[in-house]
Amino acid sequence: MSTSSLVNEELQPSPTPAPPRPVFAVAMVGLVFAVVVSLVMVKAVLMLRHFNHDGPVSTTVGVILVVLTLYAWYPAAKALGAGQQRASLLSQDQLVPSRRIAARGREDALIAMGYAAAGLIVALLLIIVLAKDGGVATTFFALHPIRLSFNQVIHAFWINIWVACVSEVLVLILGLVVAIVRMLPGRAGAPLRMIAMVYCDIFRAIPAIVVIMLIVFGLPLTGVRFFQTMPLTWLGIIALTLTYSAYVSEVYRAGLASIHPSQSAAARSLGLSYTQTLRTVLVPQAVRRVIPPLLNDFISLQKDTALLSVAAISEALLVAKLWEAQLFNLSPIALVAAFFIIITIPQARFVDYLIDRDAARRAGK
Amino acid sequence: MAFLEIDGVHKSYGHHEVLKGVTLNVERHEVVCLIGASGSGKSTLLRCVNALEDIQDGVIRIDGDTVTGAGVDLNALRRDVGIVFQSYNLFPHMSVLENIMLAPMRVGGVKKREALERAERLLESVGMEDKAKSYPDMLSGGQQQRVAIVRALAMQPRVMLLDEITAALDPELVGDVLEIVRELAHGGLTMLLATHEMGFAKEVASQVCFLDAGSILERGSAQDIFENPREERTQQFLSRVVKSGRL
Repeated sequence: MSTSSLVNEELQPSPTPAPPRPVFAVAMVGLVFAVVVSLVMVKAVLMLRHFNHDGPVSTTVGVILVVLTLYAWYPAAKALGAGQQRASLLSQDQLVPSRRIAARGREDALIAMGYAAAGLIVALLLIIVLAKDGGVATTFFALHPIRLSFNQVIHAFWINIWVACVSEVLVLILGLVVAIVRMLPGRAGAPLRMIAMVYCDIFRAIPAIVVIMLIVFGLPLTGVRFFQTMPLTWLGIIALTLTYSAYVSEVYRAGLASIHPSQSAAARSLGLSYTQTLRTVLVPQAVRRVIPPLLNDFISLQKDTALLSVAAISEALLVAKLWEAQLFNLSPIALVAAFFIIITIPQARFVDYLIDRDAARRAGK
Repeated sequence: MAFLEIDGVHKSYGHHEVLKGVTLNVERHEVVCLIGASGSGKSTLLRCVNALEDIQDGVIRIDGDTVTGAGVDLNALRRDVGIVFQSYNLFPHMSVLENIMLAPMRVGGVKKREALERAERLLESVGMEDKAKSYPDMLSGGQQQRVAIVRALAMQPRVMLLDEITAALDPELVGDVLEIVRELAHGGLTMLLATHEMGFAKEVASQVCFLDAGSILERGSAQDIFENPREERTQQFLSRVVKSGRL
């Protein structure tokens, strides 16, 4: 026995083994839930077949969906079996094995519930889309209007992409400049810091749609020849750049502030000037850190190119709205939504890849 | 006139006075060790010498030039004064070579080829030539600290400040780093170092200063300080160090 007063039996009594946790009830809930979900799915599939006039495709899809929901029955049944085994082991006083079986059984029951819940969500979505004799489907996903408008909408969408790309390059530059100006040191920098702060405050306060209207309609009215001859799209780019540089400068600023002061001290101690320290040590590290939030703002910017439709710039949404008015159907606008989804997802994955690569390189893998 | 003169330096953070009139002279080729408890002002003193902190009163001169107060070209001063930190502070986005070559090329105006040659030679002398292309995060603490020393040496400073450079290292890595410092001391580089490695201080120091609460309480040769400390605070500090098995 230990003689130290820091360790003794009263303070640290040896534990008594816990009894196995119950399994049967939770397994039963899992099984009932799985069965109910399969029934709901059968109902959804019947609606799908009806909407599709009992076509072979809908029949095949329906059968696959129902079979998939049956998969949740399997872990539920396993959990029930585990419940029985637990009881028999416990009656033989085999505490540890029965505890192990019980843990596995509860895990299986949870798996059944998870799969069943996913199935339920799919079934309910299907039912919503097909309700009122396919009301949702014909409103948003009607094939005929999509086919008619597709060509024009996709051409107009190039304008969105072009505007987004040009604005993003400009925002990257202007945002960084504003961020650096806001962090200028000393009294000499004070007036400039003030101006940069006012700029950020103002352009983060005004809604993007208002900035677009003011700039695209307003600048040509000022009588300045440069703006009168400027294409509308470029005015739109100016508006988006002004709005988003204010946001992005904050992102950069957070990134710069997150670099530990010791990095700056190390650079300055080697004799590097403030500017050299910024350029070679702080900005490169800050930019790497802010790539994910930066991309977040860029995705937001890309979406806001649709706002240019209020300024009569013939981008995708404006063209889709013309088709919508002509066909009395929202599907062309849903098509625009689909385009935005398609360009956004690869970017998100690309950033994940960049982050992983940077981490791997620095860890030497 | 001493090479590095620290004369009556006061430093406060707000109302908290960290240095209360420190006076210390370091002759050319001398190695001065600062010892003392955490918070006694060792690191702050070193950072003041390199003007990483501004001081409220007093004067610091290097080779007769005043380096404190207004109108001093800090970037020029720092070219002559190298500092190595406890936490290495290598630039994580640059390879070892880039870390070393940055300042000579940007500040010293050295040509790339010459900077590269100098960097490779220095890396070789600390046994790190095979890590030239590695990034700091791929290196052990001891390797990073050796690179940090080389990075400071690449500017060919006239005085080196070492701020508890082995305090963050695993025990078995301390030796490699101290070996380099020993070599520098024997080579005649003027150094001012804050350290907790009493054995090492005993070995290399030509002068040991015991700092307590922002002032130098006792100074003398390593033998004087470690064998016959006169001040009670010094005796207490050293007996605590002995108790923790560090001397």
